[in-house]
Amino acid sequence: MSGPMDWCSHGLANLLVGNSEDAATLEVTMSGPELIVAGDVTFAVTGAEFPLTLNGAAVAMDKAVHARSGDILTFGMRRHGARSYVAVTGGFQVPLVLGSRSTHVLSGLGGLGGRALRPGDHLEIRSVGPTIDRELRSRPFRLPEGGAALRVLPGPHEHRFAHETVKKLQSFRYVLSPRSDRMGYRLEGPALPWPPGTTELISGATVPGAVQIPSSGQPILLMVDRATTGGYPIIAVVISADLPLAGQLAPGDWIEFAPCTRGEAVAALRDRERALLTAVD
Amino acid sequence: MTGRVIDVGDACVTLELDALVEPDINDACLSIADQVARAKLSGVRDIVPTYHTVAVYVNPLVANREAVADMLTRAAASDGIARPPSAARHEIPVCYGGEFGPDLDDVARFARCTAEDVVRLHSEGIYRVYMMGFLPGFAYLGKVDERIAMGRHETPRMRVAAGSIALAGSQTGVYPMESPGGWRVIGRTWMRPFDLQRPEPSLFRAGDTVRFVPMSRASYLDALTRRA
Repeated sequence: MSGPMDWCSHGLANLLVGNSEDAATLEVTMSGPELIVAGDVTFAVTGAEFPLTLNGAAVAMDKAVHARSGDILTFGMRRHGARSYVAVTGGFQVPLVLGSRSTHVLSGLGGLGGRALRPGDHLEIRSVGPTIDRELRSRPFRLPEGGAALRVLPGPHEHRFAHETVKKLQSFRYVLSPRSDRMGYRLEGPALPWPPGTTELISGATVPGAVQIPSSGQPILLMVDRATTGGYPIIAVVISADLPLAGQLAPGDWIEFAPCTRGEAVAALRDRERALLTAVD
Repeated sequence: MTGRVIDVGDACVTLELDALVEPDINDACLSIADQVARAKLSGVRDIVPTYHTVAVYVNPLVANREAVADMLTRAAASDGIARPPSAARHEIPVCYGGEFGPDLDDVARFARCTAEDVVRLHSEGIYRVYMMGFLPGFAYLGKVDERIAMGRHETPRMRVAAGSIALAGSQTGVYPMESPGGWRVIGRTWMRPFDLQRPEPSLFRAGDTVRFVPMSRASYLDALTRRA
């Protein structure tokens, strides 16, 4: 659990600066920071589209950029998507906690003090030798514009719901409420009622992408910082290949859940991974 | 034991036994999880036993889903279900009620008894750790005496204090850190269920036994000072 909301853009940022996919990046959500570079660095920004400037001059996203000590990187107003990833060659130097460099804010573990970053924070980077300039050859996926279709497999408790209820989930748009974050997105849309006689289930293990239905009938889409166990029935599960798309949704965006088969889900994941690995030359 | 194998999305294969909170079923889950771990199947990222299921998280591009499902089915059917080797016993000191147990009176009303009775019934219980989940170090303990087994709040609290002892239906537990939570808070302990300074950060493990021991407010505050 934990980790990037959009593993594809996170991986891409790392590949652009010559890192392995699992090096620590900075996840920027909704609005961007101003970063002052202390030491020569090669960086790349991927994911949600922001206008970027380095010392006031425009720089492109999705490519390796060199910066020198004292340079200032500024993010403008977000255009599309919800989360960007900043990678530096060698990765941000945060300690491994329980085998991960991710931050889990609820438990205060990992990252810099187990919390979101604040003005004045210093992030350590490694000084590495000169790197090859890498550019994006092809985008591994398109950012959502206002919303996204997310492919789903039937959830383990789908059979408990009325057929019409399952069809409703797949026919209407569900919108992210403001109460949406790394733990999960609370969605608003046509209610998906529990069949009569349903009660909470005994807690079972959850997965990112699980669509849970509480007694209110308003679905919750679980994301990377979700509680690892839960007792609400799971009606559908977003496929792994589409989790990066889900991670790029912001409150107010819509989701259309589209059924697919397990074979299609695995093929889509293979395609997504291949697209990521061939995205950078 | 018989169970059914289900997929939870494309990256998790789960074995489901009967949906009950029972020691035998939980023992089977712990044993099956252990067998799957020892098999070292390729592409397995994590194995999580719960009350009545064993969830195997996989990389779908590496793991062979049929091999995992097969392993789960065979492990469920095999004889020789054993308790996990190191089942530790824990005694957790608790200051019940007052500012530490804002829901104690509600539970007493629900149970139609006094707050003292609730404390007695809760602290007389010998609980098993059925599974770990929800937060680092959080242990799902059961079963609570049904007389005091009050269900969750409809709307969870935004903040439950670290060390809070709480219950939800037949489950009880200790919040390892401050977090939102919907369980009924009846007391607090100074002990830390999760501490990164320990070689094993989590105090509890699935299969362990836990008892709660009431302590006075004065003793609690004293212990808190000494802990710091």
